[in-house]
Amino acid sequence: MKRSILRAAVLAFLIAFPALLPAWRTQMSYLVIMIVFSLTWDLLGGQMGYNSFGNVLFFGIGMYVCAVVQRDAHFSYPATLALGIAAGAAAAVAVAAILGSGILGLRGHYFAIGTLGLGIAAGELAAGWDFVGGGGGMVPPQYPGALGGRETFFYYLAAALAVATFFTLRWLYGGRFGLAVNAIRDDEDKAEAMGLWTTRYKTAAWCVSAFFLGIGGAIVGNVSGFIDPRETAFAGSTYGVWMVLMAILGGKGTLWGPVLGAVIFHITKELFWTYLLDWQQVALGFLIVVIVIFFPVGILGWAREKWPEKFGHRVEEAKPAEASG
Amino acid sequence: MENLRLLFDAPILTVQLLLDGILIGAIFALAAYGMMLVWGVLNIINVAQGELVMLGGYVAFFLFKAGINPLFGVPVAAALLFVVGWLLYRVVIFRIVDKDLFISILATFGLSILIQQLAKVAFSPDVRTPQAGFGTISMFGGAVTVTWIKIISFAAALTTGGVLVWFLRGTRMGQAIRATAQNARAARVMGIDTDRVYAWTFGVNAAICGASGALVAMTYLVDPYIGLPYTIRSFMIVIVAGLGNISAVLATAIGLGAAENISAFLFGAEYQIAFVYGLLVVILISRRIVLARQRRYLA
Amino acid sequence: MTPILEVTRVRKTFGGVVANRDVSLSVPEGKIYGLIGPNGSGKTTLFSSIVGTHPIDSGSIKFRGEEVSRLRVPQIARLGLLRTFQQTRIYGKMTCVQNLLISVPPAALSWRSMLARPSAAETKKAEDLLQFVGLHAKRHLRAGDLSFGQQKLLELAMALMSEPRMLLLDEPTAGINPTLINDLIDRLRRINAELGITLLVIEHNMRVVMGLAQYIYCLAHGELLAEGEPAAVKSDKRVIEAYLGAH
Repeated sequence: MKRSILRAAVLAFLIAFPALLPAWRTQMSYLVIMIVFSLTWDLLGGQMGYNSFGNVLFFGIGMYVCAVVQRDAHFSYPATLALGIAAGAAAAVAVAAILGSGILGLRGHYFAIGTLGLGIAAGELAAGWDFVGGGGGMVPPQYPGALGGRETFFYYLAAALAVATFFTLRWLYGGRFGLAVNAIRDDEDKAEAMGLWTTRYKTAAWCVSAFFLGIGGAIVGNVSGFIDPRETAFAGSTYGVWMVLMAILGGKGTLWGPVLGAVIFHITKELFWTYLLDWQQVALGFLIVVIVIFFPVGILGWAREKWPEKFGHRVEEAKPAEASG
Repeated sequence: MENLRLLFDAPILTVQLLLDGILIGAIFALAAYGMMLVWGVLNIINVAQGELVMLGGYVAFFLFKAGINPLFGVPVAAALLFVVGWLLYRVVIFRIVDKDLFISILATFGLSILIQQLAKVAFSPDVRTPQAGFGTISMFGGAVTVTWIKIISFAAALTTGGVLVWFLRGTRMGQAIRATAQNARAARVMGIDTDRVYAWTFGVNAAICGASGALVAMTYLVDPYIGLPYTIRSFMIVIVAGLGNISAVLATAIGLGAAENISAFLFGAEYQIAFVYGLLVVILISRRIVLARQRRYLA
Repeated sequence: MTPILEVTRVRKTFGGVVANRDVSLSVPEGKIYGLIGPNGSGKTTLFSSIVGTHPIDSGSIKFRGEEVSRLRVPQIARLGLLRTFQQTRIYGKMTCVQNLLISVPPAALSWRSMLARPSAAETKKAEDLLQFVGLHAKRHLRAGDLSFGQQKLLELAMALMSEPRMLLLDEPTAGINPTLINDLIDRLRRINAELGITLLVIEHNMRVVMGLAQYIYCLAHGELLAEGEPAAVKSDKRVIEAYLGAH
């Protein structure tokens, strides 16, 4: 009951936001995209125990594919945008499926290193490919609506994406999919010994991640209004690192943890980032080391250890035999 | 693809490419051997491996700036980086030794960002090329040219590798490291201070990375971002060569060096890093197929 | 009676060490067989070979008439041949119920089921099995928080949830509270009799294996040393010598 009130409040806030704080719409768009980043990273990193350092690849693919469709398809603006978003998501999923069926058959640490260079390699390739503007990047088409309408429009798209990501993952975690990826995290050898199609689940998980990231990329390309191969699309050293940090900070392997982590990180970052100047990325590396070593369970993970009953881990009196069969 | 035809028209070019590849390969082998050592002894895959290489490169650069031949950077970088490695162990790494690989990969990933960005702040993001001088030699009537520094680097890399092998086989600490690699618990029971062994191992790893970085800086260049490719190369070499086989490491590293040079020639040098990452993915996938056929697992 | 598991001249070496030397054994469907032998005699290695953890050097392993020695672990598991581990393997951060719910029979794990929720029947079956092994009260605790013996029981319940045709049990009574061992033996008999699951049991506790198994194979130094009815094996001089440590 309490939870549904909270959920309704969050939804109402997201819907009313552009009216409440119109100056912060773009800022808020980035915040909800951060939530998408951190949730999709956590699907593999937290729920499945597979560190991916290359998830930004799917974000960039979605962004570029969408921009190319918007540039080359000559329908109305909303139609090309919808087509672009769909194509971006499809391309990201396809790449995840192909890559994943190959390297996800390996154990976690091989996968982790295997993904280290994905974002950077894609950035290099994009920067050298004239079809997508090369190093000069791309500019998505102008939003046709009224001045300021663009911010509101893409804010709602981004917020809808974040909400959809959240509820999809919540739904997935509640079923066999969630059980399977958790089993893979806890003991993959055992999962195989029990006959689970582990590679299938792992690849599917990566595809789900890629799907939402691809859409996210398509949206952010339009929000930022300019696509740089290394700075906006395949931004491994910013988005790619942030998603890891946010998920761990909030509590990997939990549903609300990544959301919390993204909100805290983004707000803190926006408040203090400008004061750090050159030291921004240094602070980022430092934070990762400190959090991973001293606070690996994250905020919600810590809460779960502290109050396990609140998370449903409790001893129950045995029911009488006849009651339970 | 016109470059491919060029290779067929002038086969001597292939010799040039292979030679350059072999000479750089020995330098790759050093960092790879260090990664193998740390992986085998501490059970940590050090993602910050390349950043240690990068720091070694800056040692050579600053010696060069001070008017000293950067070749001296090899022993100096090794000594300095040993200290860096030791400190890294005492401050960070010892906390993750007994944790699972998930934690250690994330923590060393954070370290790699930290070191890279510190280097950017401290040394500026500019590309640096310490020159050792020495000139070039020509072969086949000038069709193949090799800079002396590459040959010297190759020799220096082999020497460093030789010193390392001697250290591991001939000294008490080296033997303790090898014993710990085989069975840390047994080593502890036998009275080996494994904590000290770990610190030494990480220090030695950093030292050889440092030496390799100094060589890299002299033969190519150094900037704060060269690290990650070296981590990837090291990892690739180790999984192809297998843990614990030093001659296989050297052979694989040389093969990688040659492959990279040829690809850089064919596809353009700007794609060299993308090639390295692409190759890693290809290797991982093909390894998985081979192991599946043999009913084995890449654990 | 046709054997459900037929191991023929299986050989497995690690480096130069021969862990299994031409071991042959067969287990008829619906029986409880025992596998004994001193430490290091190659029992667990044989289990690992059977379920596909590592490749064998030579020989043949047939499960229900099908050659499985070239299949991989999950494929063999899906045929209905499961093992439990000496050092338990459970999903430590998941609750006991969740551990069981993901251990459903492989037939229920099709593509479509990836998105399914556990059905009421599955949940009931999971709770019943937890009741069966005596862990019902702890079903919402994290499996990693259970004691070693309880994890052992949980692992057994997980195996049963998956409805295998045959179970290889690696020292099921090790780490179990001695006062509960008789209970466990009784449960294993019921598993065999009521669910029709064939059992092959590695056991160090002689009293347990002699009472439980209908037929016993004894390994020593990687070779099959003796086989026969419990009483015969028990009095076999070679077996006694092997256990008393002639070597």
